[in-house]
Order: sequence, then C-alpha cells, then structure tokens
Amino acid sequence: MSILVLADLHEGQLAGATASVIAAAQAIGGDIDVLVAGENVQAAADSAAKLDGVSKVRVADNAVYAHQLAEPMGKLLLALADDYTHVLASASTTGKNVLPRLAALKDVNQLSDIIAVESTDTFKRPIYAGNAIATVKSEDALKVITVRPSAFDGVGDGGAASIEAVDTLVENTQSTFIGEELAKSDRPELGGAKVVVSGGRGMGNGENFKLLEGIADKLGAAMGASRAAVDAGFVPNDMQVGQTGKIVAPDLYIAVGISGAIQHLAGMKDSKVIVAINKDEEAPIFQVADYGLVGDLFEVLPELESKL
Amino acid sequence: MKVLVAVKRVIDYNVKIRVKADKSDVDLTNVKMAMNPFCEIAVEEAVRLKEKGVATEVVAVTIGPKAAQEQLRTALALGADRAIHVETDERVDSLGAAKALSKLVEEEQPGLVVLGKQAIDSDNNQTGQMLAALTDLPQGTFASEVNVDGEKVKVTREIDGGLQTVELSLPAIVTTDLRLNEPRYAKLPDIMKAKKNRWMSNHRQIWVLSLPAR
Repeated sequence: MSILVLADLHEGQLAGATASVIAAAQAIGGDIDVLVAGENVQAAADSAAKLDGVSKVRVADNAVYAHQLAEPMGKLLLALADDYTHVLASASTTGKNVLPRLAALKDVNQLSDIIAVESTDTFKRPIYAGNAIATVKSEDALKVITVRPSAFDGVGDGGAASIEAVDTLVENTQSTFIGEELAKSDRPELGGAKVVVSGGRGMGNGENFKLLEGIADKLGAAMGASRAAVDAGFVPNDMQVGQTGKIVAPDLYIAVGISGAIQHLAGMKDSKVIVAINKDEEAPIFQVADYGLVGDLFEVLPELESKL
Repeated sequence: MKVLVAVKRVIDYNVKIRVKADKSDVDLTNVKMAMNPFCEIAVEEAVRLKEKGVATEVVAVTIGPKAAQEQLRTALALGADRAIHVETDERVDSLGAAKALSKLVEEEQPGLVVLGKQAIDSDNNQTGQMLAALTDLPQGTFASEVNVDGEKVKVTREIDGGLQTVELSLPAIVTTDLRLNEPRYAKLPDIMKAKKNRWMSNHRQIWVLSLPAR
C-alpha cells in the first residue's frame, strides 16, 4: 500500500484535519506521503513533516496552486496518483471540491466522508444524514477517499519526514481566484473544538448569540448554530452544524434553543456529552441529550455563565 | 444561453428512513419520494437566470426509473422549458451519473450546468465535480451566489470558515448550497399542466434516453 494524503490548508497554514486524515491512512496501512499544494506553503510543509507516520512530504509550491482551485489541483493529483494505491483528503470544502475531479479523471468512484477503516478496500460511511451507515468495498485500482476528520483522532507531531519539491506544473485558464471573506475569531475552529456551544432558532435573533459568547469564552468553546439560525440570518453560514454543514464530535456539545431536526443531529450526535437547553420538553434534541434542561434560555444562560 | 439543470429523485427529507431487515439497503417501498432539496435550489436558480434574461432555455434532466419523471414534471411546473429523462432501473453511482450527464452536455451544449451539491440519500457530494472533470470544464461548487457576466460567471462559494469568490470561464458547472436562493412553490395550474402529456408535447417534452454504457 502507498497512500497520498492531500494536506488541508487554512490561510496557508496546515489545518488540524490533516492529522486526522493521516490517522485514517495509518489504519489502512502502508507508506504515507503528504502533498502540500499552494503558494508560499513552506511553513505548512514543515508542519506536515513533523506529523507522526509520514514518510515524505511533497510540496507543490506555485502560484497556479494558490487557494487550491479545483481545476489545477485535479490535474496535479492526476499527475501524481500513479505512484499510489490510495489518495485521501479531509472531507473539508477543499477535499470535497477537488477529490471527485481526480476520481473522475481516473475513471473510479470516490468514497466520500468515511468514518471507519475496515480493511485496505472496505470502509464505513454515513448515508441519509447519518441515519444509516453503509459498509462500502471498493474494487477500483485506485481508492479515492475523503475522510471525516472528527471520526479519527489526529496523529501526534513527533515525526521528521523528508520534504521534496514536486515540479509538476499545470495550466489553468478556466478559473481565477477573486477574493475570500473568512470569519475572524479567537475561538477554536468548529470542526476540531473540544467544546461546542450552539444556538438555534430559539435564540430569537443574532444579538442574543452574545449570551452564548460569554459561555463559549469561559469554556474555551467554538460556537455553532443550527440551520434554522443560519437561514434566519442570526449568524454566518460557516457556523452551521449538521448534515450539510460541519460535522462535529466534541467532548461536550451544548445545544441551546435547538429543537433537534434529524439534519442537525447528523452533525453532532457523536459528541461525547450532549447538553440541551430548550423550553419545549417535547423537543427531539432531548432524545439524544445526556443532560437536558427544560427552561427559558434567556433566564438559564446568564445564570449558567455566572456559575462557570 | 442554455442552462442544463440536473435533478435527483430521493426519499423526502422529512421521512425517517428504515434499513431493510437483511441490511442490504434502505427500504424504499411505500416511502414518500421527492426532488432532492439541493436540486430544487438548482432548478430555482436556473429559472431565475431565465427570468433575468441571462438564460434562454432551461432544460431539466434526471437519471433514474420511470417514476423519476415525477420530479421532471415538478421541474417543468417550476419553469423548466424541456426535460430529458435518462431512464434506468439500475442503481446509478456518482461516476455513472456524471458520465451520462457529460454525454448530454456534449449534445446540448449548455452554457451553464447547475446541480445540487449533494443528494440527501447517498450524501456523496461528487457528481458536479466529476461532470466538470469529464467535460474539462471549470466548477463553482457549494454556490451561495451566481452572477453571469458575458463570457464569465462569478461564483461565491461557501467554504470552511467563510466565503470564497471565483471567476470561471463559460461553459461552467455550478453546484448549489443551501443559501443560494429560496425555491418557490409550483403553482397548482402549472402542476396540472405539467401532468398533461398533451400540454407537454406542445411546449415541453420529456425525452427518454437510455443510459450510456460505462
């Protein structure tokens, strides 16, 4: 087995999800190379070389790979894939954008968002918003896989892999990067946070999310939201937890004013401890919660914050 | 500019699914089916492009069993001009769907293809990207805004941590995210019209094609 892992980058730095994808690669077994592609990504390559289990870091540092646009990235991966039996990436918006292009160009199917490795060719993945788990065996010569980072504990950083440059250059005349608006926050990244505090439609408006901010600050938590809260314009879309938003599995998940539609549960039900605060005692969120508090969040939240 | 919009028939998103007793698949017997929600957003976007005068024709396509024509009729009722049914009773994977769609792109030569970013049954999130690779076209996935400007299209994409805007040359492939638009409901008279073959043979047709071999 030889595995290529596409490194996930966030503003040019190595994203934490990469360590989880390498853990999935280790479960498959074999030599693990990491591809770091982008512009001015030497720092990310250095971080990747420190991750446990990595044999070699391959760096494609060129303007054409800046922002990892799908068109040049697909061609780059195609040029490198022949050396490998498996190509893995995180099921981040970059992995999901790029990897199916490689799969199609290699005439194979992709296994999306795997949550467990059964063997070198058999994997588990959620379907129907996680309401069923499919066990999928791939008979394709090249396995193209995206990995749900929250399902694998990331590897540590005691490694010292070699770094080598990839000189493959491709053309891209089809797509141009125009701009990016990234939410600035001192809080941990939602996908990898140990504690997540989420608000739903019950918060009433965006201003009321301040009630959660105080609690999130005290707990060192990331902030999330249900789709209802995002659609209502209370908070930006990158906070959405659920089937089509972020999938999280923190040690502690606090759901406030969230009724618990199955699409939301799909994004958080693997959390270790779930706390729900809702004024409706019939709310489905209480069925998955370890601790439930039926009450008015506008009274409960200030009290909770004062006691932390 | 012609816009091709792909739709998929899936279990209605409100239905609680059940796995078959032998665990071979999800039980689809006597279950309410509907158009995949992301595909509804795709149809809405295509129809809005026509209303803005950007698109001249909206062609809806689905791949699936005969019953999937129901979803094509929904697309027609929502404002698609024509529908193409690639009929098959076999289970179609993402690559198979992308290959069938790539043949249609060759035949129809659309300026833009709009698809949902993922189907809520398989949750694969692949077909649009695969279609883009097979047709060697650029892609704007997880779109929250689409602006066609001459020979280019600007797509704002929902990415981890925020939004990204890319400019693509046309023709291009776009996949829809939740906040691209809020789909309209089909009007009852349009639903009734879309059900009548006579009306469809006059103005809007469902063509039945067979799935190209893989």
